[in-house]
Amino acid sequence: MRDRHLKYLFVLPALFVVTATAIWPLSQSFYLSFREWKLNRARDSKPLWEYQYDGLENIAYLFDNYLYALEDDLLWNSIRVTSIFTVASVLASVGLALGLALLLAPGGKFRLTVRTLLILPFAMSPALIGVSWRFMFQPDFGLFKAFFDVLIPPLADMDWLGDTTLAMVALVGSDVWHWTPYLTLVLIGGLATVPQDAREAAMIDGAGSWRVFMDVTLPSILPVLAVCLVLKTIFSLKMFDQVYMLTNGGPGNSTQTLAHYIYFNGFKYYNMGYASAVSYLLVIPMFGLTWIYMKLVFLKK
Amino acid sequence: MIFSRRFTQQLLDLLQFLIILVAAIVILVPIYWIVSGAFKQQVDIFQLKLLFTPTLENFKIIFQDPYHLEEKLLNSTLIAFFTVIIAIPLATMAAYSFSRFRLKGERIMFVTILATQFVPAVVIVLPFFILFRDLGILDTRLALVLVNLSLIMPFAIWMIKGFMDSIPIETEEAAMVDGSSRIQVIINVVVPMALPGVITAAIFCFILAWNEFLFAVIITTNKAVTLPVGLSMFHAEEGVLWHLISAAGIMIMMPMFVLATLIQKHFVQGMTMGAVR
Repeated sequence: MRDRHLKYLFVLPALFVVTATAIWPLSQSFYLSFREWKLNRARDSKPLWEYQYDGLENIAYLFDNYLYALEDDLLWNSIRVTSIFTVASVLASVGLALGLALLLAPGGKFRLTVRTLLILPFAMSPALIGVSWRFMFQPDFGLFKAFFDVLIPPLADMDWLGDTTLAMVALVGSDVWHWTPYLTLVLIGGLATVPQDAREAAMIDGAGSWRVFMDVTLPSILPVLAVCLVLKTIFSLKMFDQVYMLTNGGPGNSTQTLAHYIYFNGFKYYNMGYASAVSYLLVIPMFGLTWIYMKLVFLKK
Repeated sequence: MIFSRRFTQQLLDLLQFLIILVAAIVILVPIYWIVSGAFKQQVDIFQLKLLFTPTLENFKIIFQDPYHLEEKLLNSTLIAFFTVIIAIPLATMAAYSFSRFRLKGERIMFVTILATQFVPAVVIVLPFFILFRDLGILDTRLALVLVNLSLIMPFAIWMIKGFMDSIPIETEEAAMVDGSSRIQVIINVVVPMALPGVITAAIFCFILAWNEFLFAVIITTNKAVTLPVGLSMFHAEEGVLWHLISAAGIMIMMPMFVLATLIQKHFVQGMTMGAVR
């Protein structure tokens, strides 16, 4: 067989799988978002292939899901929660990771011993992290109670997961624990590319560490830092696992992220049409971020 | 200055060391919390003693009625294994083509494939839930393998292409000149050379599939429940059974620690699509 046929034949199966498992559901959700599709209603519980597609005669109702979304306070709440969570977790994890990476990078003093540790949290199941942090926040015999009992007694009796603000702090904390070590490893990789002679030249010129960092180090790791920021933003916006396991969106709806709200509408209220419409509110910023991310990644090539 | 330069430097070194020490402790404590909980008796869970009589009882209980963690262990293993077994050969073929040939629309195909990894899982699962319900395959391993492919494929293709790119093309050309066909070259030359990279990618994808939660919690209810979803079953009238959750937690995290350590360097590159070398 000729290469020019072979090369397409080789890509085809993978392309088929990606289309069937990612692009098809994406377009199907888009279709569902214009429907009133409730699984607990007889008409909609028919199989897809027996479903009566009623075309576009109900054009007046086409945007019902989206119009409802505009007035849905719980949706706006989940958008607010997702925004707060994203800003807090991105800034905290990338900021801490940058600090740690500078300490652990080549030239730093204590690098190798700790590096193996850094891989562990990211290899852990986020669901397990959620559960174990719930255990740690347990108000009567949790780790945090024990910790504060010894160090800051006035804080010992806080009910972390029972307070709306503290629950958010707990959620961000568990996520920062999950991501910071990983982002540190990424940034250490970035720091390895900083030209050493430029650093030394700046030192000889009498620049302090802060100036060296601002003038030499930061500009050369900026692309990697941007990758970290965008990647972490994407994953923060999708946050689901720990919300489900740690706070279950509560107390009240104070930690209900968008992904969790979509899950709730789709699989607790069986309102697939509305869940799909809301999910597009998550997909659209994701398209933008992915585009930026691709630019960042392929810019270097 | 009051302090000598040398003294200031030593002070700074000490400070750096302390920060790193604290960071290491912060990373380790939650892991230690799970490990210690797994060896505690239920009464010791409620007390914060550092010293307790360790027991292996919890590891016995989780495999007995009504928990039967071995079923979840089997589900997790089979689902991750079959996801990887399907994804890796297809990804390897595609990666080879992307790495060695110019294709029409190559860039758009490649970027689209990579971009699908950022589609929120909750969006993907909505239509699949309806489809699987109609096909009557909700709560089966097959269903979970199918949706997991959406998660695994982009990573697998990206990682393997990276490895392929680093294999010199000359060896292949030499074999072609010797009269081997492209297929023979692939089987005899490319596959052996790419194998370490392919195995690394397979391990990485296995970890992703093993830890996957959102698809599993929606699609499985009973028969096909995976380990992370199974964590929710340890409840009793007296409350949450933390000692059993911890024991199950060890079963979830320890194998992944081993696998992640095996592929340490590539584990970092896998997620960032090689943006960082």
